[in-house]
Amino acid sequence: MTLLENQSAAIPAPREITTKPRRSDQIFRAVVTLGGMSSLVILGLIALFLSIKGFNVLRVEQFSFITESKWEVITDAEGRFSESTFGLAAMLVGTFLSAIIAVIVGVPIAVLSALYLTFYAKGAVKKLLISLIDLLAAFPSLLFGFWGFIVLMDSAEYWAKLLNKYLGFIPIFDVPAPVFTRSPFIAGMVLAIMIIPIVTAISREIFDQTPLDRIQAAYALGASKLAMIRAVVIPYGRGGVVGGAMLGLGRAMGETVAVYTVLNVVYQINWQVLFGAGGNVASLILLKFGEAGPEEIDALMAAGLVLFLLTLVVNAISDVLINTFGKKGR
Amino acid sequence: MMQSTIPTPQTPWATSIQQRLNTAGLILLGAVLAGVAVKTTGLSGKLGFAVSFFVIASLLIFIQQLRLRDLAAAKDSLLSSFASLAIILTLIPIISIVATVVVKGYKGIHFGMFTNDMTMASVNDPVTAGGLLHALVGTIMMVGVALLISFPIGLLTALYLTEIRGNLARPIKFLVQAMSGVPSIVAGLFILSILIIPVTQELTGLMGSLALSILMIPTIARTAEEMLRLIPNELREAGVALGATQWRTVSGVVVPAARSGLVTAVILGIARIIGETAPLLLVSGGADALNFNPASGPMGSLPYYIWKAFLTGGTEEAYSRAWGGMLILLIFIVLLFSLARYLSGRKVA
Repeated sequence: MTLLENQSAAIPAPREITTKPRRSDQIFRAVVTLGGMSSLVILGLIALFLSIKGFNVLRVEQFSFITESKWEVITDAEGRFSESTFGLAAMLVGTFLSAIIAVIVGVPIAVLSALYLTFYAKGAVKKLLISLIDLLAAFPSLLFGFWGFIVLMDSAEYWAKLLNKYLGFIPIFDVPAPVFTRSPFIAGMVLAIMIIPIVTAISREIFDQTPLDRIQAAYALGASKLAMIRAVVIPYGRGGVVGGAMLGLGRAMGETVAVYTVLNVVYQINWQVLFGAGGNVASLILLKFGEAGPEEIDALMAAGLVLFLLTLVVNAISDVLINTFGKKGR
Repeated sequence: MMQSTIPTPQTPWATSIQQRLNTAGLILLGAVLAGVAVKTTGLSGKLGFAVSFFVIASLLIFIQQLRLRDLAAAKDSLLSSFASLAIILTLIPIISIVATVVVKGYKGIHFGMFTNDMTMASVNDPVTAGGLLHALVGTIMMVGVALLISFPIGLLTALYLTEIRGNLARPIKFLVQAMSGVPSIVAGLFILSILIIPVTQELTGLMGSLALSILMIPTIARTAEEMLRLIPNELREAGVALGATQWRTVSGVVVPAARSGLVTAVILGIARIIGETAPLLLVSGGADALNFNPASGPMGSLPYYIWKAFLTGGTEEAYSRAWGGMLILLIFIVLLFSLARYLSGRKVA
């Protein structure tokens, strides 16, 4: 009898259950979501404020800001600002030129290194090599610049002379005067060394994700490593590696200090990669910033905006490629 | 007697010592032939030797494989030659950079550099005059303030991506990635355009910290996200099953479990910005005197100290000073990096 009573008392009253989070969770989710939006806010603010500051210059110059190649501020006798021409073309050419040299030199080395690390190196050697290459990525750009200037310059000048001697008939390897130091070629070499660890890390991650069953299937069919890599790894990882290369391109385009140190920043369009003159947008900003008046600062802001948008586009493409082809991007 | 009929395990696919010796012999022969080539032909110098050595050695291995096995194996050997070449080409700059900094930097190191600033010395004075105390203090303060700003934001972003997983997770991940590609000089220009020119009109350490934060947030957010993903879902489920709210689960279970991972994120964030130069040249000014107040007056930093000694000097003394500063900076980076490696190598708590 008592048992029955107890049982009926134990049956809980029916109740509503809800998936609505409690107050504390609502606050938590709101705070975290707000924090999560910070990257959106910061990127938005960067675009907004650089546009506001650069607006005057962009309105006056319009498209000639990126097509014209003249950067001049004319002051009157008392040193007051009288008129100016701002065109970024020479530095845009320089930006692409040095970045593309970096990609051409750096990416093959990086991809082959990644292949070595994934499919050849083993055990402790592999760990050590990976640590060293990741450490290279953490070196400050200042260090790359000074090392490039002090150590690499001599060797690179010699390579440049050789290139010029034997391939000088190709217009881009020709030089108007025998000045081989501080050229876009050498800047490109330094940038190549800077992007190698980034591209290696991404390629390695992508190669690591190659499905093991397919690799083993290829080996079971008697494939050599080369045949396996060509049949399995490359088709699987191609897009991701291209994405990694784009990421490297973006880094190389935005580099300031290393390029400023190594390259002889001269405001002229220079296609001849071995000749010691050139520059990129970032190094121009650093060079002109010191003595710039308010009008020129505005122009530099506009230049910064162009650089920001360029790197944003390159990074966006690389991100899409990496995420589409490698399942888990960096 | 039964024992002898059980075959010992074999690894017929493994490279035998004989084969390794053969390959090593061929590489040695390649080096000798390359030396002969440099002596006898127009090739000269280190570059000539390196190129001919690589070509000759990989050709020798190619021919040997072709003779012993077949064309497929020979081609395969070419790939391994090129892959080895690539890894060596990657290692050369690393070794050269570290060696350069150590060899050139140790002359610039002296005890007084940790107790003096540059108010009474110019960069061209003997290296024993002056020091980098102001730069060290400036860097530590700026990085510290940047960390105070970046860590909460980075952690919240990571939590949004791993715990809330809202509709915006994909775009946010993309934006964090995009933010990590923002050129450092643009970060400096941004702080100039939003705060210094319209509001404060003054270059201070705090502005440097803000610019560095922009570069630090994506590194912390991405690393923290990766670390939080390593926390097994069972822990979260256990927390919720015990009746905890999501807030209690995250603050009491997930974040403590990821503690060492979050420390790694912080360390990598610091390593990312500690050597950053371009934004500091624009926004934090550069001081030669100690400044303990980030909110007013220009503030020195290690990168600025190195930059100034390198570019405005020109004497041997100034170069030694710059490389000495660089050695200190590099030691910091290597220490931070090793610490991060050590922490992330340990098992997640």
